Formats: sequence, structure tokens, C-alpha cells
Amino acid sequence: MTRRELFQFDLPGLRAQRDAQPAKAAPARGARRWFPIQLNAFAGGDAPKVKPRQGTVNLKRRLAVVLMILALAATALIVRAIDLQWVSKDFYLDQGDQRYVRDLKIDAPRGTIFDRNGNPLAVSTPVATIWADPSTLVQHAERIPELARALNLDANALSQKITQKADKQFVYLARHLNPDAADAILKLGIPGVDKQPEFRRFYPNGEVTAHILGKTNVDDVGSEGLELAFNEYLAGKPGSKSVIRDLHNRAIESYDVDLDVPPKPGRDLTLSIDKNIQYLAYRELMAAIKDHKAAYGSIVVMDVTNGEILAMVNQPSFNPNSQNPNIPAKDLLDHMRNRAATDVVEPGSVAKAITISAALESGKWKPDSRVDTNPGTWQHYDHVVHDHRNVGVLTVTGVITHSSNVGAAKIGASLSRDQMWDMFHRFGFGETTGSGFTGESPGNLRIAKLWGPVEQDTISYGYGFSVTPLQLARAYAAIADGGVLHTPTFVKGGGDEGKRIIDKKIADEVLAMLRTVIAPDSTAPKAAVPNYFAAGKTGTSHIAHNGGYRNVYNSVFVGFVPATNPRLVAAIVISGATGTDIVQYMGGTVAAPAFSGVMQGALRLLDVPPDNVKNWYAGGPGPDPLALPKLPPEPAVDPNVVGEIESADP
Amino acid sequence: MATLRGTARVIGYCILLALLAGVIGCAFGVVYTRQESRRLFTEYNELTKERDHLNYEFGRLELERATKAEINGIEKAARESLGMISPNSANTVVIRR
Repeated sequence: MTRRELFQFDLPGLRAQRDAQPAKAAPARGARRWFPIQLNAFAGGDAPKVKPRQGTVNLKRRLAVVLMILALAATALIVRAIDLQWVSKDFYLDQGDQRYVRDLKIDAPRGTIFDRNGNPLAVSTPVATIWADPSTLVQHAERIPELARALNLDANALSQKITQKADKQFVYLARHLNPDAADAILKLGIPGVDKQPEFRRFYPNGEVTAHILGKTNVDDVGSEGLELAFNEYLAGKPGSKSVIRDLHNRAIESYDVDLDVPPKPGRDLTLSIDKNIQYLAYRELMAAIKDHKAAYGSIVVMDVTNGEILAMVNQPSFNPNSQNPNIPAKDLLDHMRNRAATDVVEPGSVAKAITISAALESGKWKPDSRVDTNPGTWQHYDHVVHDHRNVGVLTVTGVITHSSNVGAAKIGASLSRDQMWDMFHRFGFGETTGSGFTGESPGNLRIAKLWGPVEQDTISYGYGFSVTPLQLARAYAAIADGGVLHTPTFVKGGGDEGKRIIDKKIADEVLAMLRTVIAPDSTAPKAAVPNYFAAGKTGTSHIAHNGGYRNVYNSVFVGFVPATNPRLVAAIVISGATGTDIVQYMGGTVAAPAFSGVMQGALRLLDVPPDNVKNWYAGGPGPDPLALPKLPPEPAVDPNVVGEIESADP
Repeated sequence: MATLRGTARVIGYCILLALLAGVIGCAFGVVYTRQESRRLFTEYNELTKERDHLNYEFGRLELERATKAEINGIEKAARESLGMISPNSANTVVIRR
């Protein structure tokens, strides 16, 4: 059937009429009227003779009608054209653009975290995530086994997953793959499978720096530690650009440069942490915990002069690069906590240095004032203060040297509680250090008017209030820096001037007392650092448990080197050391060796000149306390050479 | 008068021709610059990609360097393979500057 026939097929009546026409006389032009003819034609058979029309046809009217219809049609077309080109232009342009313009995301990686020497501690590396469009992939089910092999997945499980989500357009197949591995999978050319570039945070030092840095979640947003505290600073802002793409989805042209948003890459952060000291501290902490079968512990190493934190380690730790399948889920938070900043301990005898500072400031006591600690116990109100052994009549220095609780309690009792509280508060106890670490604990120091006399006694020797290891390091750094308290910081160059909390004279007197602690017959001979004078204080405290104490101990040592010109302070807290005798979990036994180990390495790494070369002999036990020079140290004979080469080896 | 009108007409044609030529030239120019802009855009994209790639490579190498320069490894190598020891005070000289 031709097109013409098809057209005419719809008008059988007209055809019948046309066939019938020749037989009749053609009616006068204009006499034909459609209506009756058609009616007749439809009626079938011969049409009755058409009656000639009466009256003239109004040609003008007919023309007007036709013109009007044409004009209407033309108007309709014009209206439509205006609608398309003008009124709805934006809509259609937009629709068109959607079909060939695409917004490309420009990635902005998160900033790198460096240690103080420029070693990377946290790096964002590009990875690829493989995803699939199940609605497309399900139509190519025969290729699923091949895909499963490439992804190292079970073919049946994958197939089931795809079928279940057949009405969805997006499903992750594998996240955070090596970009090369992802490209290999894409090369298989399986329909509906594509990749999406992403970044993954990588921590080259793993569990050693885990607590400080924290971690980021799967979307590269900081969720713990400094990653969280500095998230705004580190995070990059991805940009975008609109491009015109071709048939093969390649970007061929920029669509509109003005619409492009440039990416804002994250800024790099340089920490005050020294990676090597951090490692050293971690190693020593691990060793100490292993040797003494302890449960957990922390070490903080700080720069005395500006409050920069050089190392902060804790045990137990976790690996920020993995999901830690080895750690039971209920313990994971324990492993992730940065105990050095968030957990508090009762400092024990370490607090005596603060009590003595208050005593010296009150003017009632001098370093050589005497205090009678006989017979090694002291009944004060309803409380009995015990010493480890009876050390008899002591000087104030001796109270520190022998760590006498009775001596400290008697000295403390001679002061007003406001004087003591003020000193402890000035040393930063009872409030956060201002380091900026998320979740840092302020410790626990009750206000003075709540102290009873017994509480004042216990606080004198370090019970009844609690502090974080970071606060301890900070407080001792203040003594080491001549009475100037600094705000600890994790950022290189972020240290402050500090504020003076005690007189330099008092700080120096306390420092001299602390030097006597590290001596063969004192409480911490094992803290000695070869070639250097060191100063510090041990502490041992019961761990508070359900309102009482149980037989588990915190072993604490806080000290600094070189004592003649302090540079580094370290606070070491090791908890739960096991032993049958008190000696086996005392600070001087458990924590002091770690101090020595960390400081030896740290001083060497930082090239701190030794101040005690002469007093140390190879393999010896450390400086002889009786040979301690008066402050300042005796000048060397030759101002340029301290110590002589004694071995003949060139 | 007639000559003047003729001259005006000739000038008119000339202007018309010049404009026509200008329009055609302009059209070719548009085609050319568009083509060129696409070429440059592709090149730019490729170079950006290369730059990013080199950046990542640099980061990766930096990491590798940090791992190789690991202090424990160096200490081990120095002590065990090279037989080095840390000096004791007997053979230490401190020079103050």
C-alpha cells in the first residue's frame, strides 16, 4: 500500500464520490457543498442529484476563515518558537547540558603530618575504590565469576549480592585498593564496573605514634587524637570543574571556567614530636612493661625550655592502619586511649617536690631545715602516715632524697591549706594543660576549703588528688626551667614564653634536691644517665579502686636532664607491675630504668653536650652523688674541652 | 551626480564584500580557536594528572625514605654489620663553641 493509498484509505466516501462524479453533470463551480454529498456518499449507493445551491457563496468569508486558521497556526508556531527559544530556554539548555556536560570532582588530599625533622607521620595516599552498577552488571551475569576472581571474592556470594541489589545503581565492591590493582580490574572491561579515586590515611609508624595522631575514618575525616583536633587545618576541600564530554566520556572541553571551583588542598602540619625519640620511648616502655609484667603505662618527653612535646607513648597500643582484628572489641577503646593525656593517676611521692616548693616559698623552711621523721610513722588526727623505713632526722633535702612520707606530711601540715592548694594549682594540677589534645583530663584537685587536715597530709605526699602524666611532665619542666611553667604543645614552634610560678631561687633549690635522688644509695640510682647529671623523683601509689585501694601500684618517675642546664623532662607512669615485695613495683625499680634508657638516646639524638663526662667511667653505675658539684657546675680547666681523652686510641 | 552614485554603490559592495570576508574569516577563526582550546584543554588535563601522579609518587618515595632511614635499622646495621659502638666518657671530648 503506497503512502497515497494509505492516505486515501481513510476517506472511502470521497473515493466513492469521485468515482460517481463523471456520470453526472458537473455541478456548477461553487455549487458543491460538502456536507450533503458526504452524507449521501456515506449512505452508500448513487448519490441523489445535488440540488443546485441557492444564493451566492460568500468567498470573502471563506477566505477570511482560511486566513484566520492559517494565522492561528502561524501564531501557534511562533508562540511555540518563543517558548522554546526564550521562555523555557534555560530548561532546555539545562536538559541539553545534562546530556553532555559533567562535573568532575578535583580531589584535594588531606595534609601530611610531619615530625619535627620532616619525617612523615601521617600521609594520605591515593587509592581506588571499585564499585558496580548492579542494574547493568546483572545483565552480564556470566562475567561475575571472572570479576569475583579479580576481586578475590566468592563468586556465589558476589552473584547473590548483585542479584539482590539489581534495582540499585551503586554498590561498593572493594574499597581502598592499590590504584594499579584497580586498573587491572577495570581492564577486564566488565560492564557496570568502575572505579572512584579516594584517599587513604597511612601511618608509617603504626602503633608507635597511634595515640598522638589518632586516626581518620573511612571518609578521611579525623576521628581521634590530633587528626581530630586539627581536622579543619588538615582537611582539603575538593574542587570541581564542569567539562563537556564526548561519546567516550572523555572530557574534551571546559564548559564554563567561571563555574569551576579550585580545590583547596589540606595544609601540612609539623608536630613537635621527634620520631626517633618517640620510637625510643616506645621501646623503653614496652621493655619496662615486659620486664615487670605490668599492665599499662605512658611516657611523656617534653622540651623543658618551651613546652614542646617530643614524645608521648602509651601501652597498650593499636595499629591505626588496620581494623585491629587481634584486639577484642571491648578492649579496643582501652587500647586507643591516649593515657598520657586522658588518664589520671595519684602521683605519689612525685608530689613532694611541689609540697617542698610551697614550704620554701612560705619562708618557714630552708633546704637544710630539719624535720624529725622518727619513728617512721606519724599519727596525725586519726590517720597514720607510714614511711618505707625509719630514716630518722632529715633535712628538707633529705625528705626528697629518701622520699619520706612522714617528713612531707609534717612539712605540709605546717603550711595553710590555701598555701598548698595555691602551689599545686600554680603547677597546673586540677586544670587541663592547654595542649589542645581532644579529651585531655584536667586531673582532680579539690579546692582548698574542702581539704581536711588528713587530706592535706596525704596530698603532701601525693595521695588524694590525681594528675595526668602530661601534667607531671609539665610541672617538673617548670622546676627545671627555673620556675617558669609552659603550656605543652604538639606543634613545632607552638611553645610559649611560659609564666613564672615560683621564684628562680626556689626552683633551683628544689632542683638541687631532686639531683640527690639519682644516686647509688638513694631511691632512684637506676635513673642515672651516663655522662649527664640528672634530677628527678620517684613515686609509687596504690591504684584507687571502688573507693579504696587494692594491691596494684602505679610506678612513677619524673625527671630531667642535664641537671646543670635542663633540656628534657620525662614523666614515666607504669601501672600494675607485679611483684611480691614493694621493691618490685616501686618507681625507682620499674620506671627509673626506662627514664635512663629514654634520656640516653634522646640526649644523643638531640646532640645535647654532656655535663658530667669526668664523673662517669666506662661501665660504671653513674655519677657519684658525693661528687656532685655545687650549682653552677665547676668550670672545666680548658673552657673549650670538658673531659679528656684518656684512652690512647687515636 | 550619477558617477557619484555609482561610486557610492561600488564602495557599498566593497564594504559588503569585506564584511563577508570578515565574517567568514571570523567563522574559521572560531572553529580554529575552539579546536585549539580543546587540544590545549586535553593537554592541560593530562599534565594535571601527571603532576598529581608525580606528587603521589613523591609522597610514596618520601615514605620509603623514612622507612629506610629508620633509626632502629641504622643502629642495628651500625652495631652488627659495621661493629660500631657508642663512645664512652673515656674517649669523649666535648668541645664548646
